[in-house]
Amino acid sequence: MNAVDSAQAPRAAMRLLSGNHACALGAIAAGCRFFAGYPITPSSEIAERLSRGLPEVDGVFVQMEDEIASIAAVIGASMGGVKAMTATSGPGFSLKQENLGYAAGAEIPCVIVNVMRGGPSTGMPTRPAQGDIMQARWGSHGDYPIIALAPASVREIYTETIRAFDLAELLRTPVVVLYDQVIAQLTETVELADVDVQGAARVQRKWASGPREAYQPYAANEDRIPAMSRPGAGYRVHTTGLNHAENGFPTQNPEAVERNLGRLLTKFDRHRDVLDSWQTVGCEDAEVVIVTIGICARAAMRAIEMCSARGVRVGLFRPITLWPFPEKALREATRKARAVLVPEMNNGQLSLEVQRILRDTRVEGIHRFNGEPIAPAEIAGRAEALAREAR
Amino acid sequence: MLDSAAEFDVRDYLRAEMMPHFLCPGCGHGIALRALLWAIHELGIDKDTLAVVSGIGCAGRLSAYIDANTFHVTHGRPLAYATGLALARPDLHVVVITGDGDCLAIGGNHLIHACRRNLKLTCLMLNNEVYGMTGGQVSPTTSETRVTSTTPLGNTEPHFNACALATAAGAGFVGREVTHHVPKLKELIKAGLEHPGFAFVEVLTDCTEIFGRKNEMGSSPEMILRQKSDLRPSAYRDTVDTPFRPNDLPTGILTRTDRPEYGAAYRRAAVAIKSAAAKTATTRKGAA
Repeated sequence: MNAVDSAQAPRAAMRLLSGNHACALGAIAAGCRFFAGYPITPSSEIAERLSRGLPEVDGVFVQMEDEIASIAAVIGASMGGVKAMTATSGPGFSLKQENLGYAAGAEIPCVIVNVMRGGPSTGMPTRPAQGDIMQARWGSHGDYPIIALAPASVREIYTETIRAFDLAELLRTPVVVLYDQVIAQLTETVELADVDVQGAARVQRKWASGPREAYQPYAANEDRIPAMSRPGAGYRVHTTGLNHAENGFPTQNPEAVERNLGRLLTKFDRHRDVLDSWQTVGCEDAEVVIVTIGICARAAMRAIEMCSARGVRVGLFRPITLWPFPEKALREATRKARAVLVPEMNNGQLSLEVQRILRDTRVEGIHRFNGEPIAPAEIAGRAEALAREAR
Repeated sequence: MLDSAAEFDVRDYLRAEMMPHFLCPGCGHGIALRALLWAIHELGIDKDTLAVVSGIGCAGRLSAYIDANTFHVTHGRPLAYATGLALARPDLHVVVITGDGDCLAIGGNHLIHACRRNLKLTCLMLNNEVYGMTGGQVSPTTSETRVTSTTPLGNTEPHFNACALATAAGAGFVGREVTHHVPKLKELIKAGLEHPGFAFVEVLTDCTEIFGRKNEMGSSPEMILRQKSDLRPSAYRDTVDTPFRPNDLPTGILTRTDRPEYGAAYRRAAVAIKSAAAKTATTRKGAA
C-alpha cells in the first residue's frame, strides 16, 4: 500500500491509478482522518482503499449500517475536529440529503463524494450518468449554500479532493465532489508528485480563541465564516439543526433568523476568488463554446480538434467548481460565441443553468441518459452545424 | 463524600440562559435529566470533555439545557453522529439522549448496530410511549389498547421491549428504571457511564399532558406510581413470581457482559496494519 508514500514522500514516477483510488489518496493527502461509508457501486473502491489507508496514518475507517449513518458519523467526527469524508453514488446521495442539509445549516465541514451512475432510483449501477448535477445543488430541503466540485480526470480527482477539504475547512461547509462512473473507474497514468500536498495539509478551520464569555459560536466578522470550537477546549457550545441565533441556541425570532440565515446564504460571496475554478480552451475566438463537465468534457476536447480540422472554431468552458457556478467566467468565455452547446449525460440539467446565465445566447443541449457516453463525433457534428447556422 | 444529594446542585450543570425549559407540567423527562447530571457529577466527569448528542423530539431537546458540548442532530440519528464523534475523539465522554420514537422507530437501525458494534457510548432512551412533540401519535413502545392521536380506536400494534431488543442485538450493558426511583436511576446511569462498551439505559417517563390525559391516567404522580406498580426489580427476577402483574417489567441492570470495546479493538488492529506496512516499506527499500 502506498497511501503513506504518496502523502509523505512524493516520487517523480508516473503512476497507474483509477479515479476512485486517486480520490482516496487525495483525501489522505488533504489530512482526512475519518471515513464512514456504506458499500455502493461505483464508489466502493474509495471505501476499500481508505479502510486500508486510514489506519496507516492513525485515522479511522468505519463501515456504517446505512448511507444515512455514514454521513451522520462523518459530521459527528468533524464536530470533534477531525477532517472527515464519505463516498457514495446516486441512491446513497439521495439518502444523505437531510444530513447534508444539517451540515450546511450547522456549518460543519465535511466532504461527500458522489460518483454518478444511471438513475432515477436504482437506475444503472455500473453505467455512467451526470444526473445528480441539480441534486448536488438543491437536494436537501430549505435554502442553504453548497459547494460542488466536478473533476474530469484521475489526476484532477486527486487535486479536487484535496481542494474539497481545503474549501470545507476554510468556509465551514459540506463540499460535494461530483464525478461520473467513467472517470471513477477509468485507470490512467498520472503524475502526482508535483501537487502541493504540504500546502493542503496546512489548511485548518478557524478555531475559537479567547475567553468563553466573549465567544459566540455563530457570530462572524466580514468574512462571514464563524470560528468553530473544538469539544474539550472549554467553550461548551450547542450545535443544532434548528434555526439558531449567534449564540448557537434555537430561535424563531424573525430578525435573528433573517440575520443568521442571511449571513449563511451569502457566506460564499466574499470568497469567490478562492472558490471559482474553471478551464477554458480556445474560447477567445470560438464561434461555438461547449460547456460541460466530467467525461463529456474529454469527449468535447476531441470534438474541438475534429472541428478545427474542418475549419470550425469551437471552444470549451469547463466549470471545475460546479456550485456555486462560475457565472462571471462563463459570461466572459462566451462573450463572442454565437452559440453554446451543452452535452451532458442527463435530460438537461447543466443546460438549464447555462441558459439562466446566458439569457441572450443561443444554448443547445445534447442530452443522453441511456448509459452510453456521448461520442466526440456527435458533439463535433452538432457544434459544426450550430457554427454554420450562425455564420 | 461526593455521593450525597446535598452536594449536588443541578444548576452547576444546566444552562441558566435556556431557562425556563419547554417541557410540559408533569413531564418526567426533567427527572431523568436530573438523574443523568447527578450521575455525571458523582463520577466527576468534566463538563468540558462531556459531549451530549440528542435527536429530535421532547427528549432531543434536553441536550440544549446541559452545560457541556451539546449536539442536537437530525431525527433518529444521534447514535450515528455519536459513533463518529466517539471514534474520532476517544478522549470525550459521549452520551446520547433519545426518545422511544427517535431511538426505536426512525433510528432503530442505528440502535441495533450500535449494540452490535459495542463502541463506548451511553445511550439514555426516555420512553414515554408517545410522540409528544408532534401532538401525541402512537410510538413503537405505546402499550396495546392505548388511545393516541393516530390510534383513536386504541393501539392494536404490539410494542417493542427496548431492553430485550438491545440485549438481543448484543449490547454489553442494558438497564431500565423509572423516574419514581431517582437515586436508583442515578446509580443505573452511573453504572452505564462506567461501562467500558455500549450502554443502553431505558427510563420510563410519564407524558401527562399528551398521553396520560387521552388515556385518563391521572396526574403525573399517579402516572409515575402506575409505572412503579408495573415493575419487578431485577434483583428478584429469578426468585419472585408475580402472577398478578401481567405487564411487569424488570428494572435495574438487566444485562452486563464483557465484550471487547469497538474503538479499542479497532486501534489495536490499526497498530498491526501499521507495523505490517512498515515491514513492507523496509523490504521494498531493501529490494531497491
